[in-house]
Amino acid sequence: MTEDDHSPEGMTRRQLLRHTAWFGAAVVLTVAGGEVISRVAGPGEALADDDPNALRFVQVSDSHLGFKGSANTAVEASFSRALGQINALGRRPDFVMHTGDLTHLSTAAQFDQVRQMMSTLDTGYTFTVPGEHDSIDDAGQKYRKIFGAGTAGDGWYSFDVKGVHFIALVNTLNLEKLGHLGPDQLEFVRKDVAKLGSDTPIVVFSHIPLFAMYPAWGWGTDDAAQALSYLRRFSSVTCLNGHVHQLFTKTEGNITFHSATTTAYPLPQPGTRPAPTPVTLPAGKLADALGIREVTYRAGQPGLAVKDVKLA
Amino acid sequence: MPGMASPAPASPSTVENSTSNAVSIKDFAFAPSTTTVKAGTTVTWTNQDQDPHTVTSTGSGGPLRSPTLQQGQSYRYTFNTPGHYDYLCTIHPFMTATVTVTP
Repeated sequence: MTEDDHSPEGMTRRQLLRHTAWFGAAVVLTVAGGEVISRVAGPGEALADDDPNALRFVQVSDSHLGFKGSANTAVEASFSRALGQINALGRRPDFVMHTGDLTHLSTAAQFDQVRQMMSTLDTGYTFTVPGEHDSIDDAGQKYRKIFGAGTAGDGWYSFDVKGVHFIALVNTLNLEKLGHLGPDQLEFVRKDVAKLGSDTPIVVFSHIPLFAMYPAWGWGTDDAAQALSYLRRFSSVTCLNGHVHQLFTKTEGNITFHSATTTAYPLPQPGTRPAPTPVTLPAGKLADALGIREVTYRAGQPGLAVKDVKLA
Repeated sequence: MPGMASPAPASPSTVENSTSNAVSIKDFAFAPSTTTVKAGTTVTWTNQDQDPHTVTSTGSGGPLRSPTLQQGQSYRYTFNTPGHYDYLCTIHPFMTATVTVTP
């Protein structure tokens, strides 16, 4: 799970004790043309950047190592650029989460390459959740052999950092077109949050969206409503997913969903093509569609800041 | 694992009526998307796309479980039990189709 091989649980409880003064997180985003282009405004942003106690993590997604196609003829180089961009952020993130489709075809060589590349990250921990491309022929066995240490069930887990509770879900196994969590994982979520105070900020990671972004293309999770029902009492819930290779944000009550972009190749916007197949952009435009996501949170600030940055 | 990938075609099956036992995988779709065969029929899927695909039973426990099919590769499965068999491509799960097996 991590290079240091520490238990996320161990880190959690210590950090939780240090940071008891949390306020409900709220995301303020600038949205233009359906795409998130910026983040929290106001003085909190600069303070968070300077505050060594602020929570900082990075989400990357959909690196698809092994993809061969005109949409991106060098996905390995793109992922390498993204990792370099993370290492150049200026402040070491508490962790980096890869929200799945690490590989394109689930081969042992592709998994090994992802593992080696992610080991170059300058961060406290690296986490992953699997995408459907990471379990195409073995229900995720090869994925879990490399990335599944310390996880429960088919690879799900939770951890805490600086007072925020993180849940990493697996919704790419037993596919029925839409993503699927299954009864064992739903029970895990229910028990996992039962002990938490309602003012604990919650962040949920999954590969496929937990909201119905575009079910006709499978961009949703058929039993997500059950999981989300356990999170309704919390003042702040943020769900971060990949899979759709484009930025999208939606708020439902106390829950805000953020689809991340990819480091590999864009997919069409919902319904604009017959199928969600890789889009080949004009020369020079690809990097604008790729990127990484920085998230910061500082005790005492009202906002969880989500910032999507194009590939440098 | 009940099915095995076989790039080389085996004995050509006789198509006795309008039902087809060949499914092509082309342009990110299974064609035809609904196939009806009699029990005992072997259905062959062939990937004609440059992108790899799989033929995998929907949900857990179904009989179809192909390896990754590169362009030109085929997967064969013999259906002995009547019923509806939903399947998808695990690499592109929006690709869905059904085989109906009659007695």
